[in-house]
Amino acid sequence: MGTSGASGTLRLYAAVVAGGFRRYATYRSATAAGVFTNTVFGFIVAYTYMALWDERPGLGGYDEAQALTYVWIGQALAQALSMFNAGFAVDMVARIRNGDIAVDLYRPVDLQLWWLASDLGRAGFQLFSRGVVPLTVGALCFPLALPGDPVVWLEFLVAVALAVVVSFAIRYVLALAAFWLIDGTGVLQFGGVVGMFFTGLLLPLNAMPGALGDLARVLPWAALLQMPADILLGARSGADGLLRAYAFQAGWAVVLLAAGRLLQSSATRKVVLQGG
Amino acid sequence: MTQDFTENFIDVEGVEKVFDVRRRAGLLRRERHQVRAVDSLTFSVPRGEMVGYIGPNGAGKSTTIKMLTGILTPSAGRLRVAGIEPSRERTRLARRIGVVFGQRTTLWWDLPLIDSYRLMHRMYRIPDARYRENLDRCVELLELGGLLETPVRQLSLGQRMRGDIAAALLHDPEVLYLDEPTIGLDIVSKAKVRGFLRDLNAERGTTVLLTTHDLTDIEQLCRRVMVIDHGRPMYDGELSGLHAFGDGERTLVVDLERELPPVQVESARVVKVEGPRQWLAFPAAQSAAPLVARIAAAYPLVDLSVREPDIEAVIARMYARAPSPERPGEAGAPVGR
Ligand SMILES: Nc1ncnc2c1ncn2[C@@H]1O[C@H](COP(=O)(O)OP(=O)(O)O)[C@@H](O)[C@H]1O
Ligand SMILES: [Mg+2]
Repeated sequence: MGTSGASGTLRLYAAVVAGGFRRYATYRSATAAGVFTNTVFGFIVAYTYMALWDERPGLGGYDEAQALTYVWIGQALAQALSMFNAGFAVDMVARIRNGDIAVDLYRPVDLQLWWLASDLGRAGFQLFSRGVVPLTVGALCFPLALPGDPVVWLEFLVAVALAVVVSFAIRYVLALAAFWLIDGTGVLQFGGVVGMFFTGLLLPLNAMPGALGDLARVLPWAALLQMPADILLGARSGADGLLRAYAFQAGWAVVLLAAGRLLQSSATRKVVLQGG
Repeated sequence: MTQDFTENFIDVEGVEKVFDVRRRAGLLRRERHQVRAVDSLTFSVPRGEMVGYIGPNGAGKSTTIKMLTGILTPSAGRLRVAGIEPSRERTRLARRIGVVFGQRTTLWWDLPLIDSYRLMHRMYRIPDARYRENLDRCVELLELGGLLETPVRQLSLGQRMRGDIAAALLHDPEVLYLDEPTIGLDIVSKAKVRGFLRDLNAERGTTVLLTTHDLTDIEQLCRRVMVIDHGRPMYDGELSGLHAFGDGERTLVVDLERELPPVQVESARVVKVEGPRQWLAFPAAQSAAPLVARIAAAYPLVDLSVREPDIEAVIARMYARAPSPERPGEAGAPVGR
């Protein structure tokens, strides 16, 4: 196929990314409601953290301003990283259940790349539509420790992009479970609850004590919020720290995408032999 | 792209599909049983033909289509489309076939119709000029002009179906499989879809395999029909032959000048009289012309018409006579070409 084949593939998945973006862009009122929810939720958690850090200053190595920054980064990224809902995975489980997945299979596309591209489009939309406002409101109402250096912001965005891929890869594996388990939606809900805890949306992973904290900091969910937040807060400054953060994220992305691929090929075999 | 010079575009030989079904029977025990969805199916379709594939619900029609697209592997037998074994080279074949599953959609639910077409453009790597030409043609013939900017979820079933048919044709497939394309459509939409398919087949020579349980689809579109029941082929041949096969009778309706006693004529019997109008049944295989001549010679004939046997009734009889799958080969049903 050569270069034209590669560029054709690129154009296809670029079109899927664009479609994923536009799909969410059509839901304006949902977006507005979501921004509002994230902002309100941000206030609640921010006041809780202020009380907590009053009692335990320096918890998790954060001062109060850093802790508050962590809160608002969390709210800004929550949608892009699908922390409250499984996003595409809900659609995918439904398609597996009702057999529409067969239609997806006969098209000349790769299922995983297809869903990844469409989820990247969605995340891109939600990062800007639902991320910017909460973070701005947070910065206006609280003393945040946001960096002034644009390079740090750029490094942060790279980490966010990797986080989006890891988030996708986790949910793709969970969604594929629906090929074997009767209650695919239940798997997603369970994964959502576990994920919310281990992502550190409620309490930073740095602040989690003992063995639980040690575990939480090496699980894939640590790649979602903790890594980008650390980078923005300057906790990973220096080329070494930065690269280690990226390597951690990329490592999980590769492992989970590969796991998804393995499951996908065995799911495909099952469909092709058993009809679903 | 390799050109395929074999005569038959679709070749199916002794194909079977058996599903393993596991059912929970009690707390821990699971029962396994097998469903024979398709059984010793053999047929072939030459390039450019339009074939109707009918059978009641659960007969195995969709299973056959899925095997022909390669998303389902046959349990036994040999299957070739354009010389390709579908389940082995699903992706390569996908570029040469078009599929419409009536109850599913390939369109992007939340986005305007045109976005799905742009995606097909990229997915099938359709050259730009070709894409625009095909899109314009489909938009015109399927009357999609006003709908391109409408999100798919807002389309009516008939509009969505036409949208799906267009999506399946943008890459110039050599064969189009349609699995119940008219299911749930109103009469106007059905007529549009049928008219479009007829033109597609006539003008472009696209091979069409049409699955339906609406016999009108077949009557209006296909000369050749294949009937399947319980996964077994029951009939394969001309639609007109189906009439004879069902040992049906045709009806000759005659209007006489005045009310008369029942007409007495060889090889036909009067089944109904209503004033000057009489209904005569005669064997479907027999020509109506000599019968008409004889009546005209002996009676004051004003007008007449011939009614084909009710094909639904013919097929219902055929199913009723079919061997059940548990007792194979009991009553022979003619399967020929
Ligand atoms: N994936 C599957 N697993 C088990 N049984 C199936 C599966 N798909 C179809 N069947 C069974 O195979 C038979 C034929 O189904 P199908 O091809 O869908 O019929 P049709 O399309 O003619 O209505 C039915 O008895 C159906 O229940
Ligand atoms: Mg069917």
